[in-house]
Amino acid sequence: MYSEMVMNHFNNPRNAGVIEDADGVGEVGNPQCGDMMTFYIKVKDDTLVDVKFQTFGCVAAIAVSSLVSEMAKGKKLEEAKKITNKLVAETLGGLPPNKMHCSNLGAEALTLAIKNYQEKSVATHKAGAA
Amino acid sequence: MQRAYMDHAAATPVRPEVLEAMLPFFVERFGNPSAVYDLGSEIKAVMEEQRGQVARLIGARSDEIIFTSSGAEANNLAIKGLALATFLKRGKHLIVSAIEHHSVLNSARFLEKFFDFEVTFLPVDRYGRVDPERLKQALTPATVMVSIGHGSNEIGTVQAIPDLVAVCRAAGVPFHTDAVATVGQAPVDVNELGVDLLTISGPALGAPKGIGALYFRNKLRLVPQLNGGIQENGRRGGTENIPGIVGLGRAAELAWQELDEKAVYLAKLRDLLIAGVRKNMPEVLFTGHPEKRLPGHASFCFEGIEGEALIFLLSSQGIYANTGSACASKALKTSPVLGAIGVKPEVAQGSLVFTLSRANREEEVHHVLKHLPPAVEKLRSFSPVWRKKMAAGAGA
Repeated sequence: MYSEMVMNHFNNPRNAGVIEDADGVGEVGNPQCGDMMTFYIKVKDDTLVDVKFQTFGCVAAIAVSSLVSEMAKGKKLEEAKKITNKLVAETLGGLPPNKMHCSNLGAEALTLAIKNYQEKSVATHKAGAA
Repeated sequence: MQRAYMDHAAATPVRPEVLEAMLPFFVERFGNPSAVYDLGSEIKAVMEEQRGQVARLIGARSDEIIFTSSGAEANNLAIKGLALATFLKRGKHLIVSAIEHHSVLNSARFLEKFFDFEVTFLPVDRYGRVDPERLKQALTPATVMVSIGHGSNEIGTVQAIPDLVAVCRAAGVPFHTDAVATVGQAPVDVNELGVDLLTISGPALGAPKGIGALYFRNKLRLVPQLNGGIQENGRRGGTENIPGIVGLGRAAELAWQELDEKAVYLAKLRDLLIAGVRKNMPEVLFTGHPEKRLPGHASFCFEGIEGEALIFLLSSQGIYANTGSACASKALKTSPVLGAIGVKPEVAQGSLVFTLSRANREEEVHHVLKHLPPAVEKLRSFSPVWRKKMAAGAGA
């Protein structure tokens, strides 16, 4: 049912966990629908120096989160935002048709975390200028 | 590697004795039972013998058994067949419980959609039991029949069928029960239950996929759902699946011989499994009735995790079970049965169902008890839902 790559990420998820003093947090999905992902990021010089995730969901959702965290780590923010669901699904060697929506969630949660960081830093700048 | 296959409601291996009985009926004894010469009439005699075996297992008469292709077909024939045969006289109202198998629910919806039937989907209590009083209130003069399953393969609950039948008898309404989960697992007698129609599945007994049967009380009229010749007394067309019928007959014979012993054995394994999970694992919801349940059935919901992921982790340890999680279903919908017994959708996601057979051993239960807790723990370790729950718990 799942590719080897999916099973590899599912069995050994990379970067699973929480960053307590994260610079940005992004959460998507809800447990009623079966999938929920939270991404935590640490940013230095516009670069994702650390990425962690927590995921409630199926094999595909966990594998997607793991891969997205791995792809994003070390990337510049603008580059990381370019991680698309299509790229995630392709890199995983494909996903079953009814699991394609899981690939959306990973990229979405990461983008939300970056947005959260950027909004916060704008707010801090403003507070600093005032 | 130690293996523990515990998904027998999904598929059960064909018993070697059953296969052996079937084999001559593919090549050597291939005749059509409708043919009048000896090659056919012999086969007809064999078929009637098998009908007798199936009938004996459930305390019925042989002429009250119709062979079908599956439990699903038997459910279709019982519900659509009886409703369409009697609606002109009685009316267009049908009652089923909310936790029936899809073949029952969708047969009812078919009548609703194409024949303007009104269908009552009876609610169940938190154990999955239908209250006879509620059934009584739902009956109307237009009710053509009631269909309530004997045992639930999702939550293991066994209904108080005689109490439900009593209510229907008083109103003169025929009662069908889908007994796929119980026949061959626990003693089932149509006269003790009092039902008018009862569904049997071959694979559940160790016969191959592709064979089932419907018991019906002889006075009932049924409109065939498979139009054809006069096979099965005109109630089901199509040349009979003789190898399948022989397999079901042999499986029924074996089940009849082993029944009491089997139920005791399964219940022992089940109780070991349930007790072990309860003892070692926090935040587990045990689903279904604690006592009135199938002897080989254990079902749980583990909060904070999703069932498909759990199934994959377990299968890497040779453990095979099932889940009612939305992610594991093609339709991406959580089990309506868990919803009907009041399990919250996010908790229902963590459902895990074990269905045992006589092939399972105590070592296999210990294997499950060893590998289930770390699998659940692993998934909880990175679950945001579990983290939130723990944080809320610590704050309270």
